[in-house]
Amino acid sequence: MVFLLQQTMLYAVPLMIVALAGVCAERSGVINLALEGTMIFGAFMGVIFIRMFQNGGWQQEQGQLIMLFSLLLCGLCGIAFSMLLAFSAINLKADQTIGGTALNMLAPAIVMFFIYMIVQQNTIGMAEGGAAGWFMIKPQTFGYPKGYSFGPVLDFFINKVYLTSYICILIFILVSIFLYKTKIGMRLRSCGENPQAADSLGINVYKMRYLGVGLSGFLAGVGGFTFALTTANMTSNGDVAGYGFLALAVMIFGNWTPLNIAGGACLFGLFKCIAATYATLDINGDGVYLLNNLGISPYVYRMLPYIITLIVLAFTSKSSRVPKAEGIPYDKGMR
Amino acid sequence: MPGKDPFTGKLKWYKSEGAVAVYSALISILIGMAVGAVIVIIVGMAKANISTKGIWEGIRLVFLGVFSTGRDSAGNLTFGFNGVNIGNMLFRATPLIMTGLAVAVAFKTGLFNIGAAGQYLMGTMGTLSVGLWLGNSGCPKGIAWLCAFLTGVLLGALWGSIPGIFKAFLNINEVITCIMTNWIAANLVTWWFDAHDVFKNSAEGGKVGYIIPLKNVGVVTPKLLMDKLFAGSQANGGFWIAILIAVAMYIMMTKTTFGYELRACGANRHAAKYAGINDKRNIILSMAIAGALAAAGASLYYLSGNTEFYWSTYQKLPAEGFNGIPVALLAANHPIGVIFSGVFMSMLNISGIQLKYLTAYNEYIADIIIAVIVYLSAFSMLFKTVLSKRIKHDTGNVNAEPVPADDDSPPESLDELVSEVAEAVEIAETVAKKGGEE
Repeated sequence: MVFLLQQTMLYAVPLMIVALAGVCAERSGVINLALEGTMIFGAFMGVIFIRMFQNGGWQQEQGQLIMLFSLLLCGLCGIAFSMLLAFSAINLKADQTIGGTALNMLAPAIVMFFIYMIVQQNTIGMAEGGAAGWFMIKPQTFGYPKGYSFGPVLDFFINKVYLTSYICILIFILVSIFLYKTKIGMRLRSCGENPQAADSLGINVYKMRYLGVGLSGFLAGVGGFTFALTTANMTSNGDVAGYGFLALAVMIFGNWTPLNIAGGACLFGLFKCIAATYATLDINGDGVYLLNNLGISPYVYRMLPYIITLIVLAFTSKSSRVPKAEGIPYDKGMR
Repeated sequence: MPGKDPFTGKLKWYKSEGAVAVYSALISILIGMAVGAVIVIIVGMAKANISTKGIWEGIRLVFLGVFSTGRDSAGNLTFGFNGVNIGNMLFRATPLIMTGLAVAVAFKTGLFNIGAAGQYLMGTMGTLSVGLWLGNSGCPKGIAWLCAFLTGVLLGALWGSIPGIFKAFLNINEVITCIMTNWIAANLVTWWFDAHDVFKNSAEGGKVGYIIPLKNVGVVTPKLLMDKLFAGSQANGGFWIAILIAVAMYIMMTKTTFGYELRACGANRHAAKYAGINDKRNIILSMAIAGALAAAGASLYYLSGNTEFYWSTYQKLPAEGFNGIPVALLAANHPIGVIFSGVFMSMLNISGIQLKYLTAYNEYIADIIIAVIVYLSAFSMLFKTVLSKRIKHDTGNVNAEPVPADDDSPPESLDELVSEVAEAVEIAETVAKKGGEE
């Protein structure tokens, strides 16, 4: 059970934070289809930064510190990458869907190009060791022997987990508060609903949209790093298994509000987790692999997250609330 | 009056809307390739193992890769007509043209078809299964070919119509349903082939995980002169079929009432509905056609016979599905333009492969160029405004026919949206009038 919940968290956290990235951009009025690309770029830069730290002589004991620095740098890289979208969407008033698609193609192309240039193969990993060895929090981190159990509740929180999960949840909460409870956050959201009205009240729509896209890039970059760390063993191969697009789906699914997104990401994460681990999943701890013994094809489990999303969408579509001005470039002359 | 026909007052062909669209596409292409060349130079200077000569070779291959004929005995690159490269270029262009059409047709109806990958996979499954089954059953090869092709197309159409149904009846964003159906298709196809061992290629050693190629059962597209023109390449009649389909799509979209209705729905769904066009039916049909087109791309690709399908694909979607998006965008969603942009994209792919085999660079430079071109094509509005400003100076003739508005791209700005709404209402009213007269 602890294992199932922890795994669900590993899948849900990147989805959650990247979906929030989508919210930041769309609430400010820019469709950010480039989440996938930004994640890919973030994941790649994360590997590069960790390699740099490792080659720079940092040791395994400083693992958490390396990870924190890399996480932050990845967020900054995400901002830089998303500025390409912001420039075309805000300044040049270009079609945002096309711009996002272009960045989704650009990121894997650049990443693959440099991976081949650096290591002459299609995957780049850490300079030495693995993600679990360097960055995972386990009993040894606190000086206990290997295999030590803290009891079911504490185990869930501090045994075999990554610090990034908690950082991401913290960032998620902070950004949600920022969007809903601060002056700037509300101004940002107003630009996604009625930019003309916002402008007439003295809000700089361009600045707010840059802020939204930049924030979105930061979150997606962090999400990409988290994905690479927790599910790809800190490797990068120009692919994040469609997580950026899934995050978009979670965002629509969660109706562009943080709380619903967190719920949607957990639901999706749970089914993703079942799909990945159904064969060895022992739900109530009696040694019987129930899901495996049902004799259902593994592909059914793998399809489940997507089918469930479709079904839930079908039932909740009536209450959908898209930001009204999303996707429409702001033109002062149209006021 | 310069640039205008003195008799009709219309803009001359080289200054028309279409021509301006072509110019802006060409500008994007040139800048994209220049960016590719710059990356080649920068990386070449940063890497110690690439000499100045290597950089120069890289640049030449970026631009002229398709004409590369390898190296001569002195180790210098040689260029010339290379039938194998050009034939392979056309062969690889075939699925790109089809998925490009799939995206373009949906775009015209105002839908962003990001689900071409799933539709492509469904087409692959249908074509390979029926092709192998009928090929083994002793049925005439021509009929087997047709059945395989049609099954693929039908499955693709069904798969494409799912996002259409969700959009039409529940108003769910087609992007999300397309993404979901992509991954469902990936799992479904893997499941199907996993469960049917008869289709797996176990006869040839070292080929684990592949489906038997259709040439083994003799169900292949005829070459239709391609083997004479480009001996030694993989090119086949599929390319001609793709061109025919593209032309058919052009006629359907621009010359028929149905195409008119589709475009009216794309311009403004509500205005179209107001005028009595069945918007729900049109949205579903548009997605079904898009799905059929993407699946036809897969069918033609695998019916070439030599191509092998790696069936355990549940974690990976075919690149052809997503590459249809840049093909359509570069062509500004024009069905005929898609042929050229499809060929161009596959030319870049060939250049990339030449780079990989002949220099220290790798094939991903081609992907970077494509991405840059797509990014710039988002600016096409900017290019167009700049270009047409130069043209629009001569508005002396008051009696001149107004230039019809370009209804290709999705609305870029509010005033375009407004004008498109007006246009759609106009279209809708014409259609309604027609209906009334009958």
